[in-house]
Amino acid sequence: AKERVEMPEVPPMVRSKSQTTEVNKGLTKEMAVEEAKRCMDCANPTCIDGCPVGINIPKFIKHIENEEPLKAIATLKESSALPAACGRVCPQEKQCEANCFYTLKLNKPAVAIGHLERYAADYENNSDEKVVQEVAPSNGIKVGVVGSGPSGLAFAGDMVKFGYDVTVFEALHEIGGVLKYGIPEFRLPNSLVDVEIESLKRMGVKFETNFIVGQTQTIEQLREQGFKSFYVASGAGLPRFMNIPGENVNGVLSANEYLTRVNLMFAGSAEADTPVIKGKNVAVIGGGNTAMDAVRTAIRMGAENAMIIYRRSLEQLPARAEEVHHAKQEGVFFNTLKNPIEFLHESGKLNAVKVQHMELGEPDASGRRRPIPIEGKTEIIPIDVAIMAIGVSPNPIIPNSVKGLDISKWGTIEVSEETRQSSVEDIYAGGDIVRGGATVILAMGDGRDAAASMHKKLQAEMNN
Amino acid sequence: MNKIVKKEKLAERIYRLEVEAPLIAASRKAGNFIIARTGKLGERIPLTVVDSDLDKGTITLVVQEMGVSSKKICALNEGEYITDLVGPLGRPTDIKKVGTILACAGGLGAAPMLPIIKAFKEAGNRVITILAARSKDLLILKEELAANSDEFIIMTDDGTEGKKGLITVGMEEVIAREKIDECIAVGPGVMMKFCALTTKKHNIPTMVSLNAIMVDGTGMCGACRVTVGDETKFTCVDGPEFDAHKIDFDEFLLRLGGYKDQENVLLENFEKSCKLK
Ligand SMILES: Cc1cc2nc3c(=O)[nH]c(=O)nc-3n(C[C@H](O)[C@H](O)[C@H](O)COP(=O)(O)OP(=O)(O)OC[C@H]3O[C@@H](n4cnc5c(N)ncnc54)[C@H](O)[C@@H]3O)c2cc1C
Ligand SMILES: Cc1cc2nc3c(=O)[nH]c(=O)nc-3n(C[C@H](O)[C@H](O)[C@H](O)COP(=O)(O)OP(=O)(O)OC[C@H]3O[C@@H](n4cnc5c(N)ncnc54)[C@H](O)[C@@H]3O)c2cc1C
Ligand code: SF4
Ligand code: SF4
Ligand code: FES
Repeated sequence: AKERVEMPEVPPMVRSKSQTTEVNKGLTKEMAVEEAKRCMDCANPTCIDGCPVGINIPKFIKHIENEEPLKAIATLKESSALPAACGRVCPQEKQCEANCFYTLKLNKPAVAIGHLERYAADYENNSDEKVVQEVAPSNGIKVGVVGSGPSGLAFAGDMVKFGYDVTVFEALHEIGGVLKYGIPEFRLPNSLVDVEIESLKRMGVKFETNFIVGQTQTIEQLREQGFKSFYVASGAGLPRFMNIPGENVNGVLSANEYLTRVNLMFAGSAEADTPVIKGKNVAVIGGGNTAMDAVRTAIRMGAENAMIIYRRSLEQLPARAEEVHHAKQEGVFFNTLKNPIEFLHESGKLNAVKVQHMELGEPDASGRRRPIPIEGKTEIIPIDVAIMAIGVSPNPIIPNSVKGLDISKWGTIEVSEETRQSSVEDIYAGGDIVRGGATVILAMGDGRDAAASMHKKLQAEMNN
Repeated sequence: MNKIVKKEKLAERIYRLEVEAPLIAASRKAGNFIIARTGKLGERIPLTVVDSDLDKGTITLVVQEMGVSSKKICALNEGEYITDLVGPLGRPTDIKKVGTILACAGGLGAAPMLPIIKAFKEAGNRVITILAARSKDLLILKEELAANSDEFIIMTDDGTEGKKGLITVGMEEVIAREKIDECIAVGPGVMMKFCALTTKKHNIPTMVSLNAIMVDGTGMCGACRVTVGDETKFTCVDGPEFDAHKIDFDEFLLRLGGYKDQENVLLENFEKSCKLK
């Protein structure tokens, strides 16, 4: 079989100077067709089982092979709301590509499903021909969406196509949720998210920014204004800290704060009013996608040394493999099997972190080997900025402001797996506020499932 | 986009703005604040909702020029728009009938103090207000505060109006002559720290409203964190009001200066660009 076509990238030395230059350049048509030919159109396409929304992978790849990318995008859009994003940010090596015949049976690199998905989506975005989305005639029924992240956007898209009068409420001044304020432009350009938002607007979706449901107005007040049902997709936006000494000194901040300043407020660009701390020696605590985004942003902000401090080993990093690879190319140092125990400072300004050395013990509930401290082995690492990327908690505004909503002990909203309906009849929920932190594709999948199920219920009510 | 319907200069570098925001006007309570942003590359800054007018659908803000962002808002004229305005944010003040309230407002703190004493007065409390500033020209909202207090005391550091001396001197005098059930202090960080130390000596429950540095104002970033009784709290969602005797003021004051160097560079650039125009 042929070799997997390599994704062309901007060289590390060039891209690491720009916050907005996308790292992957995208496949050319020739490359895409080449790669598409590798797909063997399996009789039992196991790749589909690996995709959380069950995209018909061999079918869309076949269209690319036949040089009909618009047909490929039509296939993709049957199951995914934003293939341009998923092709870029899905953890493919754990999902579709992990289940490709090449990976499972041939021990060879999988078909580059993500890269091909991106190719088809970019082709549509760059061409004048668009896949036309059919919108049913308006039924005049008002539904509200709390949060404009991927989950809320996917829900809104389906509901407007069913004919509903959809309003998306967003607390921030910008639409897109984590896609805008979290994931940096060098991985997912904002313009791609904007294309989707514009298309939703054209289909009739209304957006109310600077509107916090539960504070600006309550769900109850919105009901009085005629909203028949709600989809809550308010995300898991609250940063966690470690509660160790020195954590509140200047120079220690959450990845959310750091990424928000840079991605949402454009701190670092000469014209923006929002400041950001630019460290020389930056340590990011954590090993997920957020940690990779923060550490690579620090490099782009001019850090001389940027390191990841992670309490497990390199093999256990939860981040997408591609991001770890890119981070290494850009000069990030992976300081693994270390756990911060104290931040040291001089007159309230961070100057070092004390870390505990760790080793791997028995596997824990998640099946990963548990990190345990090595007695007496600690180390002091001089740094001037520490960015905490150790996880997030569900946004409590809706759980606190709606009576009768069942909430789990983790603060997530409880919903029926089948219908995405919460304990309050007219409230559905999905994405990170239900899952407590997941992926873009799962958040969008929830939005689409909730739309289908809410539509079914409202239709049944109408026919009564 | 929120239109400024009225603008008035209260003192050097301090302006009162009446801004269209009907939903916030209807839902805000004493103690709430908003976040405002001016311009497409503007910063998000927190400002207290000082008052609201339900008929006109407006809220009142009082803004002091500090750095770039507050200067940009103060430079807007009647008929112009604040780019983004979101709220109401923060927990409202815990208003209850406790007896006699000692309200200590320092400088710009007069603005956030006004809705708080109004609410305490409406709840049937006796309100003694001390307004303090460095000098006469910096005293704002005198009539409004006086109108909502049972007793109103003015203090200036230089003695140009009212009694001469720091706010704590005035506080000691009041505490010496009558029983105070609760104290509220709003003003510069250092002032609130010393107010807290004063009432601690006399065991008077005290609440302060912290002006921490914020970004989103909804609990998303942790920029506004503060240590209250050994616990880390987020000022925007857990506050802005906290038990003054539990706050780690030294940490709070250090954190207020966390972006000072960067802010100063931004301000210099801004002033240069203003001169060029
Ligand atoms: C830095 C970072 C990198 C990531 N990288 C990846 C990746 O590479 N691949 C991947 O698959 N996943 C990644 N993720 C995870 C992924 O982004 C999330 O799982 C996904 O965004 C969740 O979508 P959501 O719609 O549920 O919530 P969000 O995207 O969090 O959106 C929620 C929105 O709701 C708004 N909101 C909250 N409360 C209210 C309210 N009361 N009223 C109005 N609006 C409200 C918020 O302001 C926000 O805009 C990453 C996450 C982060 C933070
Ligand atoms: C809940 C809350 C309510 C507030 N209400 C009001 C209000 O009603 N009216 C008003 O004018 N201001 C209020 N503030 C303070 C206001 O938000 C700041 O003055 C503003 O953010 C300064 O921004 P800037 O860019 O103009 O100045 P910057 O350039 O950010 O700061 C200039 C100087 O002020 C210092 N500084 C920065 N932030 C603050 C702060 N939060 N408090 C004190 N000093 C600071 C900096 O160290 C710097 O030296 C409030 C703050 C909070 C948290
Ligand atoms: S949506 Fe994600 S998991 Fe599904 S096929 Fe596309 S890249 Fe793979
Ligand atoms: S498993 Fe791999 S080779 Fe088989 S259809 Fe799916 S992508 Fe193609
Ligand atoms: S301002 Fe971001 S958490 Fe309070």
